[in-house]
Amino acid sequence: MRYGTRDVLREVTFRAHQGEVLALLGPNGAGKTTTIEILEGFRMRSAGRVTVLGTDPAHGSERWRARVGVVLQSWRDHGRWRVRELLAHLGSCYACYSTDTVTRPWDVDELVAAVGLTEQASSAVGTLSGGQRRRLDVAVGIVGRPELLFLDEPTTGFDPRARREFHELVARLADRDATTILLTTHDLDEAEKLAHRIVILDRGRVVADGTAAELARRIAGEDEVRWRRDGRSFSRSTTDSTGFAFDLFRRHGTTVSELEIRRASLEDTYLALVRQAEAAGVGR
Amino acid sequence: MNPTTTALRAGCSRGLIELRQSLTNAGELLNHVLWPVLMLVTLFFVRDVSFGQSGFLLGTLVLPSILGMNAAMALVTMSHLLTVDREDGTLLRAKSTPNGMVTYLVGKIISVSGGLVVDLAIFLVPGLFIISGLAVGSVGSWLALTGLLALGLAATLPIGAVLGSVFTSARDQGLLTLPILGMIAISGVFYPVTSMPEWVQWTAQVFPIYWMGLGMRAALLPDSAVGVEIGESWRHVETVCALGAWAVLGLLLAPVVLRRMARRESGSAVARRRERAQRRVS
Repeated sequence: MRYGTRDVLREVTFRAHQGEVLALLGPNGAGKTTTIEILEGFRMRSAGRVTVLGTDPAHGSERWRARVGVVLQSWRDHGRWRVRELLAHLGSCYACYSTDTVTRPWDVDELVAAVGLTEQASSAVGTLSGGQRRRLDVAVGIVGRPELLFLDEPTTGFDPRARREFHELVARLADRDATTILLTTHDLDEAEKLAHRIVILDRGRVVADGTAAELARRIAGEDEVRWRRDGRSFSRSTTDSTGFAFDLFRRHGTTVSELEIRRASLEDTYLALVRQAEAAGVGR
Repeated sequence: MNPTTTALRAGCSRGLIELRQSLTNAGELLNHVLWPVLMLVTLFFVRDVSFGQSGFLLGTLVLPSILGMNAAMALVTMSHLLTVDREDGTLLRAKSTPNGMVTYLVGKIISVSGGLVVDLAIFLVPGLFIISGLAVGSVGSWLALTGLLALGLAATLPIGAVLGSVFTSARDQGLLTLPILGMIAISGVFYPVTSMPEWVQWTAQVFPIYWMGLGMRAALLPDSAVGVEIGESWRHVETVCALGAWAVLGLLLAPVVLRRMARRESGSAVARRRERAQRRVS
């Protein structure tokens, strides 16, 4: 992908499987939004091969469009429409794309309840708070029961409870409806909690691709093991925390107490990966 | 149900919802009422002024002309709404919905046409009490008026959509105002075009405002009023041809321009325009 003469995406290769939640991470300007817009069919690429639900998104038909859900970073459209009215209207556009396995659209009242907007159902969209508006955006994204859902920084502006509820909704979509979800986020806890797999982009390249645990292993991040014995505290860093703990119990038995193993967090891994990629970039 | 039926049905309901919103929103309601009322006031002041030796009152000539002008202004409304909807992401939303652009456009056509009919009624009904000498007693007049209105919308809405796609922000849209005012000034709406220099008459006849005015006068004035027109004729054939030509031009251009505009819409394009707009404000 190129802007003018500058390549903004190079050698970006990844694959998402059905029902998988894939998180796209990366610093600002890494090319996350560009990548997602190419996949959504909203942006033409300058080179490369892209297949989304078996179709090149640059030439996606309306039937293809009906199978894809999109939640962008910020919407402020349809301010005068009422929540329920807007969802019913947009949903009606999907009615002719029902299949034997998927009934489109989602029932409006059920959907409104699923995103927690029942109380606001007859409010004008323009009067919603930031978090409520964001939940409406998610509702619009899934009103057609998409097989593939794009979520671009979906939980920005959510309070902890709304975030928890949103995470439950995403998990439900992936588990129960086998919706494939591609999400970008800056919240590493969120990525770790939601995503089956994580792809890290940095300056237009994929620098890592794997589960949170795989990424941590690749970086050889060390877990921290803490315990108490004979009234004294001990702490040790190791790459094999399970083996270390087993060995500890074998040697000291029940005299070991308050055992605690802290895994290398995704944040540590992420920062290490981006640092590594940047160091390599400087050397090039 | 096939996709086209679904899209048309969704478009109709969209249009009606938008129309209801525009008639229940205080700001827009004011817009609906303000122009017709200003025009009525103008009409009130010229109602007793006679026009030359024609034996007609200026008010009688002006009422149908204003009606025609207002109808032609659907072009501006369409263009403006399209720009606004692009700025706030409504069009992008349409793009991310199956058949969303068709639904969106059908909706716009219905809401703009519906709003226009309301505007015209607000002006015409009281106008009929202020002005005398109109030929509004026959069914033919009203049929002609309806037909002309339909043709006028076909001539102006697609061109409006094209202009709305060309201008990327509401501010750029403001550039349209001046040429439009110029077109109104020379179109013979407020004063018969035959009293203007010949080159102005020719220029006026290029644009749909003149032909909508002429058509409305043909529909609502008694035949004896034809004396003040170019060539002392209502020129029905020319009216249909001129408006028809605009309609064909618009319908040829609109799909191409709209498709090109829609292809370029993306989340980052909307965000970029918003940033630019905010920079201007601060």
